[in-house]
Amino acid sequence: MLRASAGRSGEPNHAFRRNCLGSGNEEKRRAHSGTCRFSRRVSGKAIWLLLMVLALAVDSPRLRVPESFAATEAPSVGGVLPEMSLPSPESPAASNYLGLAGKSSFTLPEIRAEVVIVEIFSMYCPYCQAEAPNVERLFQIIQANKSLKDKVKLIGIGVGNTPYEVGVFEDRYEVPFPLFADPDFSIHKILGEVRTPYFIAVKINQDGSHQVIYSQLGSFGDPQDFLDLLLERAKIKKGA
Amino acid sequence: MSSMRFHWSKSLVLTIFFVACAGAVYGSGPQDGGQIYAVGQLKPVDSQTHLRVGDQAPDFILPSIGGEKVSLSGYLGEKHIVLSFVPAAWTPVCSGQWPGYNIARDIFEKHEAILLGISVDNLPTLYAWTQEMGGVWFPVLSDFWPHGKVAKEYGVLRSDGTAERAIFVIDKQGAIRYIDVHDINQRPQLEVLVRELEKLRQ
Repeated sequence: MLRASAGRSGEPNHAFRRNCLGSGNEEKRRAHSGTCRFSRRVSGKAIWLLLMVLALAVDSPRLRVPESFAATEAPSVGGVLPEMSLPSPESPAASNYLGLAGKSSFTLPEIRAEVVIVEIFSMYCPYCQAEAPNVERLFQIIQANKSLKDKVKLIGIGVGNTPYEVGVFEDRYEVPFPLFADPDFSIHKILGEVRTPYFIAVKINQDGSHQVIYSQLGSFGDPQDFLDLLLERAKIKKGA
Repeated sequence: MSSMRFHWSKSLVLTIFFVACAGAVYGSGPQDGGQIYAVGQLKPVDSQTHLRVGDQAPDFILPSIGGEKVSLSGYLGEKHIVLSFVPAAWTPVCSGQWPGYNIARDIFEKHEAILLGISVDNLPTLYAWTQEMGGVWFPVLSDFWPHGKVAKEYGVLRSDGTAERAIFVIDKQGAIRYIDVHDINQRPQLEVLVRELEKLRQ
């Protein structure tokens, strides 16, 4: 879970964990993600009741959902990612890790892996800062497993962050996997303007097709449990 | 009403909720903060500062969340000073600005600068808010009473009693070297500030 304290005095102490994500199954969390600032005061049932009342109130044949609204939904489990491409990393090590040699830009399913985990974060988000050591542990668990390290890859996308700001986050937490900057929120918009930290995992099939196998706001909790869940959903054997 | 139509309506409402929430965090960087109050889009700048680069920075003394009183003059001769005025605690952009500075302490120290965070909120509010960030390494000052006095002296008090999202870089001699009264709806980029700090070393 969370580290108890950063240690050095004066350093940020992330012993707190006060966000709107309580316990609950994935669907419940997903349903609440767009309205979570209310969820601490109002129960889920009350919100649904309110939504239904509002739904009745606005149900008019003249109302239409603009097409552009369709892009403001987060990727859903079982579905595919919206079309988006990222510039290939300049660092040869990062490019090699992702198996992108020779490409100037790439889409996530082009990463050489069977599962790609994407963290949507911001250098300015204290919850992402608090989650950073947990994400690093996940990476180390994967790297320590010979049969998994080539199959499961991690990247981060710093939404609203310039490359410099992403670099500050990378240096501060010694992030061991490739991070990308999304300074103008263009990727963020494509991914439904999710709050952060948000984790998406994608299974990449042999034929190049892919499915989203995880899409959820907030900490993924215990890194080993999280990895086990992804492997189960991707039907990959754990190995040694 | 058919169930499909009902489902459609529910989706619409959910979408509206989602867009409203996303809009609140857009431009600020998203926040997974259940206690952040959505302020919506505000008038970008709602004041006119009389201060200019080269002017002597007005001195002040304000209570800080650490308990001690902090004055600008207390740092003169020792450190460059970055004043970061933010509009209000528990609002979207501000809640995603100081946490970034919080992991950039070494950058400020490398440039022999202290960061002072100022808002017009009272001390208990500022304390609770910065605790939510995990605590911050820099002094956080309350310009609550007389309300917004320092913000007014720096020409960054808005008509609704909040402060602008403004950055003043003041050198060790107390001269203002950089002023950024930023669009309140957007977060200033860190590297712009860092470049200004680099200029102080030349």
